[in-house]
Amino acid sequence: MEANKLVELASAVSSGAVRVVDLTFTLSPDFPVIVLPPEFGQAAPVRIQQISRYDSAGPAWYWNNLSFGEHTGTHFDAPIHWFTGKDLPNNSVDTMPTRDMIAPACVIDCSAQAAQDPDFLLTIELVEAWEARHGRIPARNWVLLRTDWSKKGWRDYANLRDDGAHTPGPNAAVMRWLVEERGILGFGTETIGTDAGQAGHLDPPYPAHHFLHGGGRYGLQCLCNLDQLPATGAVIMAAPLKIQNGSGSPLRVIALLAS
Amino acid sequence: MIDPIEPPPRKNPLIRTRLPTSPPKARSRTSHAFTRAAAEGRFVLQRCGSCGTYCYPAREACPCCLSSAVAFVDAPRRGTLLSETTVRVPSDVYFRERAPWRVGLVKMECGPIIVAHLHADCEESAGVKMSFQLDRSGQAVAFASPEKETPNMSDDRQWREMTADPKFRRVLVTNGRSAVGQEAVAALKSAGAKTVFVGVAEPWKPLAGEKLLRAQEGIEIVPLDVADEKSTMDLAADIGGKVDILVNTTEYIRSGGLLDRRGTSVARDEIDQAYLGFINLAQAFGPGMRMRGADGVNNSAAWVNVLSVYALVNWPAFGAYSASQAGCLSLSHSLRAELRPGGVKVINLFTGPIDIEWFQTVPPPKVAPRAVATAVVSALQNGLEEVYAGDVAEEIRQRLAANPKAVERELGGRYRS
Repeated sequence: MEANKLVELASAVSSGAVRVVDLTFTLSPDFPVIVLPPEFGQAAPVRIQQISRYDSAGPAWYWNNLSFGEHTGTHFDAPIHWFTGKDLPNNSVDTMPTRDMIAPACVIDCSAQAAQDPDFLLTIELVEAWEARHGRIPARNWVLLRTDWSKKGWRDYANLRDDGAHTPGPNAAVMRWLVEERGILGFGTETIGTDAGQAGHLDPPYPAHHFLHGGGRYGLQCLCNLDQLPATGAVIMAAPLKIQNGSGSPLRVIALLAS
Repeated sequence: MIDPIEPPPRKNPLIRTRLPTSPPKARSRTSHAFTRAAAEGRFVLQRCGSCGTYCYPAREACPCCLSSAVAFVDAPRRGTLLSETTVRVPSDVYFRERAPWRVGLVKMECGPIIVAHLHADCEESAGVKMSFQLDRSGQAVAFASPEKETPNMSDDRQWREMTADPKFRRVLVTNGRSAVGQEAVAALKSAGAKTVFVGVAEPWKPLAGEKLLRAQEGIEIVPLDVADEKSTMDLAADIGGKVDILVNTTEYIRSGGLLDRRGTSVARDEIDQAYLGFINLAQAFGPGMRMRGADGVNNSAAWVNVLSVYALVNWPAFGAYSASQAGCLSLSHSLRAELRPGGVKVINLFTGPIDIEWFQTVPPPKVAPRAVATAVVSALQNGLEEVYAGDVAEEIRQRLAANPKAVERELGGRYRS
């Protein structure tokens, strides 16, 4: 590739000819995190502790100490996160190939179905119908499931009931098919996990985690602004923090699109 | 008979808030036996081991036979009011602001004559019931009440200075998700609290009993995650000037000590919630409470910590949890000293295992959440400082006083619950 093409891209970003859309929620203590049964270890919530704010603890400067679990806020899942991906090479956020951090995205709009049914599951048929309109999903692309879930208030967003969370996601067959038949790079959602809220009852349980990470692929969750992306043509930049042997990390996810 | 106190009007924002002052606080070391008794709601006097004479005030030898065996023992409370005086222009700033102030001489049935603060319904030559109360300097003073219940008895002006009655006060219950928290809300409301603010962390999670809480007047659900600095500060920014009583019902109970756990994440959560939560609450609400100690009928009055009795001695079945509670107990002592200039009491209420899910496998006796809530209200109404709710807590207290090493061994002997 010619070097000036890259400079051209940078100029286009700068001029606005290429739009940059932020797909990230603000990392804050208020944002819901995944809830496991209390007998399991829990993801530490986001904590922001002030070191100083132009005060006696630091007269001219403001800064904070931060702590959070790897899987809080808008975050990235690496293959090592799930048992199916535990023995793969370069399966953690610090060792994954950097070229995987930039890739195009196919956005499948299921917001209408999700509005009707919080337990909506994406199927192969629905993806095939999408392909009939937008073409076959290319290998090494992100597939992003748009549900408009990110527009909800926090309680409806988590949607916890006596039998667990009720949020949309993919079914088992489509996850296996996307990984094995389409060779996707990863799968992204607006909800708290890449899997549906009730995915523990699918076979295998948590199929997005199972097949994505078993296949060395990635997950993105708690995305927003997917409604601003075209079905195809957006390029996603998702570079997790380089945490030693990290299973994932909060990150800034941005999309580039030609305006 | 005394008139009931009126609900306080809204604060006049043009008038300076009166700063708290303290009654005289000097006491001899021996006298602190009364402080201890007042903290626990007991009435003690010194009694000579040789001749049996009761004496007061605290002294080093028996006034009758000069024996030095003058131990403090639980003593009968009945007495007769010999005479009373109304002090109209005291020289002490605290009493001057509260004058006229009634004091009297009480002849105890067991012997000594005691100078005491008087409830307004005490009459000369009539019987009185004596107690030691912690005044707003945190020291024990003798207080005489009528023998029998009188109308609006707890509204007495001098009694209210000694206590932290929830009536007309505004209370923050920090954790409204726990059973103890929910029972405390109900108990405080029925004790006459004007408003009970109910802290709820992670409002995106369902809240049991939410409809019931929202339906009641004077109960306000507020977002509060005590482990989160900003959440605590944000709430204090909103209601910090209206919290007269803070009831810290933080609850994070997990079993396990050191070896049967892996890593520190659970311990970290325990410390986050209990210990750092305590600090966040103190830094957010403490300064305002300390400043508002003389702010009218609904002045700031008390801070209550619901603690495990295993803060006093580790129960290895819940070893790390016990340690987190011990940390909070230590913080409470610092807080008590720091709030003292405001006259705000710090009440520690110790419980044994509570009858909730986290102590499911622990055999009875367990203390009911409602009993804990009732004890909170009673401690406030009586102005106590150390309260043991339920049989287990009381038993641990007694056994610790007898032989702490034995308690350690015995609790360690059943470290798997």
